[in-house]
Amino acid sequence: MQMIKCPWCGPREEVEYHYGGQAHVAYPAEPAALSDEEWAHYLFFRDNTRGLFAERWVHTAGCRRWFNAVRDTVTYRFHATYRPDEPRPVTA
Amino acid sequence: MSETTSTTATTAQARGSFRTPTGGRVDRTSPVTFTFAGVEHTGYRGDTLASALLADGVHQIGTSIKLGRPRGVGAAWAEDPSSLVQVEEPFPDPMLLASTVEVFDGLVADGVPGQGRLADIADSARYDSRHLHVDLLVVGAGPAGLQAALTAARSGARVALLDEQSEAGGSLLGSDELLDGRPALEWVADAVAELAAAPEVVHLQRTTVFGVYDDGFALAVERRTDHLGGAAPEGTSRQRVWRVRARRTVVAAGAHERPVVFTDNDRPGTMLAGSARTYLHRYGVLAGSRAVVFTTNDSAYRAAVDLADAGVHVAAVVDTRDVAPAHWAVELERRGVPLRTAQAVVGTRGVERVSAALVAPYDRAGLAAGARSSAGVEPEAIECDLLLVSGGWNPAVHLHSQARGKLAFDAGLGAFLPAERLEDLLVAGSAAGTFDLSSCLRQGGASAATALSELGLDVTAVPVPSAAEQPPSSSSSAPDLVWVVPDPSGDSSRQFVDVQRDATVADVQRALGAGLRSPEHVKRYTTIGTAHDQGKTSGVVTSGIIAELLGAAPDAVGTTTFRPPYTPVAFATLAGRDRGQLFDPVRTTSVHDWHVQAGAVWEDVGQWKRPRYYPLAGEDMETAVLRECAAARTGVGILDGSTLGKIDVQGPDAGVLLDRLYTNLMSSLAVGKVRYGVMCGADGMVIDDGTVLRVAEDRFLVMTTTGGAAKILEWMEEWHQTEWPELRVHLASVTEQWAAFPVVGPRSRDVIGAVFGAGGSEDGVDVSNEAFGFMTWQDTTLDGVPVRLARISFSGELAWEVHVDSRYALAVWERLIAAGAPYAITPYGTETMHVLRAEKGYPIIGQDTDGTVTPQDLGMAWVVSKKKPDFVGKRSFARAENQREDRKHLVGLLPVDRETLLPEGSQIIEHREDGVLPSVSETGPVPMLGHVTSSYRSAYLERPFALALVKGGRARVGELLHVPVKGRLVAVEVTSPVLVDPEGARRDG
Ligand SMILES: [Zn+2]
Repeated sequence: MQMIKCPWCGPREEVEYHYGGQAHVAYPAEPAALSDEEWAHYLFFRDNTRGLFAERWVHTAGCRRWFNAVRDTVTYRFHATYRPDEPRPVTA
Repeated sequence: MSETTSTTATTAQARGSFRTPTGGRVDRTSPVTFTFAGVEHTGYRGDTLASALLADGVHQIGTSIKLGRPRGVGAAWAEDPSSLVQVEEPFPDPMLLASTVEVFDGLVADGVPGQGRLADIADSARYDSRHLHVDLLVVGAGPAGLQAALTAARSGARVALLDEQSEAGGSLLGSDELLDGRPALEWVADAVAELAAAPEVVHLQRTTVFGVYDDGFALAVERRTDHLGGAAPEGTSRQRVWRVRARRTVVAAGAHERPVVFTDNDRPGTMLAGSARTYLHRYGVLAGSRAVVFTTNDSAYRAAVDLADAGVHVAAVVDTRDVAPAHWAVELERRGVPLRTAQAVVGTRGVERVSAALVAPYDRAGLAAGARSSAGVEPEAIECDLLLVSGGWNPAVHLHSQARGKLAFDAGLGAFLPAERLEDLLVAGSAAGTFDLSSCLRQGGASAATALSELGLDVTAVPVPSAAEQPPSSSSSAPDLVWVVPDPSGDSSRQFVDVQRDATVADVQRALGAGLRSPEHVKRYTTIGTAHDQGKTSGVVTSGIIAELLGAAPDAVGTTTFRPPYTPVAFATLAGRDRGQLFDPVRTTSVHDWHVQAGAVWEDVGQWKRPRYYPLAGEDMETAVLRECAAARTGVGILDGSTLGKIDVQGPDAGVLLDRLYTNLMSSLAVGKVRYGVMCGADGMVIDDGTVLRVAEDRFLVMTTTGGAAKILEWMEEWHQTEWPELRVHLASVTEQWAAFPVVGPRSRDVIGAVFGAGGSEDGVDVSNEAFGFMTWQDTTLDGVPVRLARISFSGELAWEVHVDSRYALAVWERLIAAGAPYAITPYGTETMHVLRAEKGYPIIGQDTDGTVTPQDLGMAWVVSKKKPDFVGKRSFARAENQREDRKHLVGLLPVDRETLLPEGSQIIEHREDGVLPSVSETGPVPMLGHVTSSYRSAYLERPFALALVKGGRARVGELLHVPVKGRLVAVEVTSPVLVDPEGARRDG
């Protein structure tokens, strides 16, 4: 079981967290201005990255706060976790 | 089987005479009596079932799973592929190994034919788990592990030393090695004593690390009382799972001896050579009286010499190599043991026990060349009752491999070795392919030192005790790599690769013939490596055989994947305390005990216990629910609705957040008012519904469904935190803090008035329609206890919800019951609640919807704001898919026969004139229009009714459709979902 570092609580076991899908997919500023296709892209399309991937997590059984993480989808290793208002850090 | 020789050496020897007069680790002052296969035996404390039986001359344990062939003790620990037993007393436990079960007074066990039998009584033992956090986890308390643990302990690190056997020592337990000129076990005892005195060391025996996972996480199972039998102290858990989080792990798990496959290699009396040495040194047991030793490497000579010295007649040492190790050849000669080089065991004789080894010149041409060892030459039969085999040693790389460490084949050892250093896991000793004692000790200490210095800890080195001189390498011989000795007649169908699975070389050949190449595929085709031992002795041999048959290098073939658990772990152990009532938390409301007294029948709603109905004497559910429904529609009923989710939403932007999450406008709600709302996902599908109370300008109470309470709080947090963190609003669950009791029916005003009206309460509430309108709330107090009353109806009847602090809820409930007595107030459960709401066409989210249903599908376009520029889900309502005329709509269904209760989930089809369900073979599948989502009998309608999702349903109102029920077509009329009081005349009483 992996340890995941919550930006607020520090490292905790992964069972305390829930996964929240790809990060940095903002809710469109003006949904009404989007075509059906553009809206469908927001709703249903996400990257399927092999390697480093920025994604959302929530510390469900801890502070209940959302944060972002950069994780390698091949090794599952977390390379960084950061607050939602922080930019994606540069990771190797 | 062609051989019929049945005489075995055991018959010549009296029972019990295989125990040496002295020696071994067993406590000869503590005899224990146990029963195996219906026969009483005596052993000593410290014996395993296998050692005690071998001491009594018993080799056969059971029979094999497919072929029913006799099977015996094949090894001295968990790698044993064949000594499967079922413990019957003190508690039935299937699929254990005679070679790992410790004996105790009263133990009753039987051999099993490949499969055990689960207990048919409940396991009364307790199981638990503990967490452990350490700097260094050392797996294995053999020489390398002890030296590693000592180094870490003296360095002041937090250490866990876990070992699967009953006492520390590992390979030293089965040998007569000296360290610093003393018996090695004295060094072990000193090390154990030192570790016991070290404050930061946890040292556990009988504890198997069965899995390693990410970030230094390891799981171990400690067998705490199994070895005590009936003397196990009460209140002590039988087994315990240790959840270890280690910054570094040193795996010093040792090595397993590897067999060589030959024809009839499964007969009882056939055993790994090193195991016979363990039975001698550790248990004081001679595994036989006349032995043949078959080897491909030097290690088995040690067993031959030790057994000969202990009085076993060693009839021959058979070595496949042309040149025997000079040092050992001298030792054999000194003892008069015949040595046969360049020969191999090609078969055995015997029935229940090996009676002879068939020996012939070893043909190096190998399996692939279709070699026939000594074809045309009659093999020589050497009489024996014990056939010891050694094909080399496999380092126990399981944990390294579980941690995704790479392996590489070492041609010199003929084994797979760890091929990389993992960041947080090191391997030492024979698990790393190091077999001489001095090197194992050095490597154990060095691994710990490396790990600790990587952690930034100061290392205190521990001097390595000096082991006896090894024979000079000039006098040893390189091991031979022999997986299979070809059968003289070419028949590979009795050459057992996996003894437990009855899987043979012929099976591997068949798998390759079928085109399989990977050992993963061969494993699944042949079942090799899928038994209790997970291929500890058969896995590498299988890879070797595949390589040989394909003409490939073993490295290219590789191994199967090593997965936890290393040895079997009982489900009861993994479950620990999470069984029965503790399996999942049970949530009860503050009125729970009252419901119990009232004889409620329960429904589990998530973790909540909710009364489903309250049967009177002689009532079944149907009659009880009809009575409860009638009471709520004609008199007054009361429901414990405390499980409804409640979220306190506070802050200047509370209204803004709710406006963005509900489909309708919430910010316009006046303080003191209540509004029904629906939440959708971004895809426009309904996810929850409920009422919202505006408590203050900056405060709302959001009510959710019982099942949606946690989910909706998370949903609101997600949007707030990730999309609109600028909103000044805070959310908190108050589900447990507030009890909620709907008081429902035409007489509810009388009851509420009696308790909270001018006559009943100090600041009496005017409960008239004019003073207390529908969808409004008022605060009051009752004997100083704050109470909130809200006119909310989930039944269409005049109704109040009474909200009160959970601590006072029971008292308030009892006041309501007492005040309702003159009106025959009737407590009702979830079933009646469902019927009442369904009669009014109110959907239950998650029952009448399934994640593909929009508010418009439910006929609730009115709850979707046209004014708000945006809210979650709004854009999706405009998608073409959501505009289709033939979307499924929520409708009512009335069975025309006024009798049939449609089963929920029933499919709905077009009405068929002939009233017959056509056969699929004639007309193809019948188009399905939807399904029944809710179905009940209605006291009010005096007939059964249903809610359903039906394609284009609203346009079908008035039409007839058919619902197949048990092969019969039931005609139903499509109606509006609102079947009771569509005008809403009843809600004001
Ligand atoms: Zn946290």
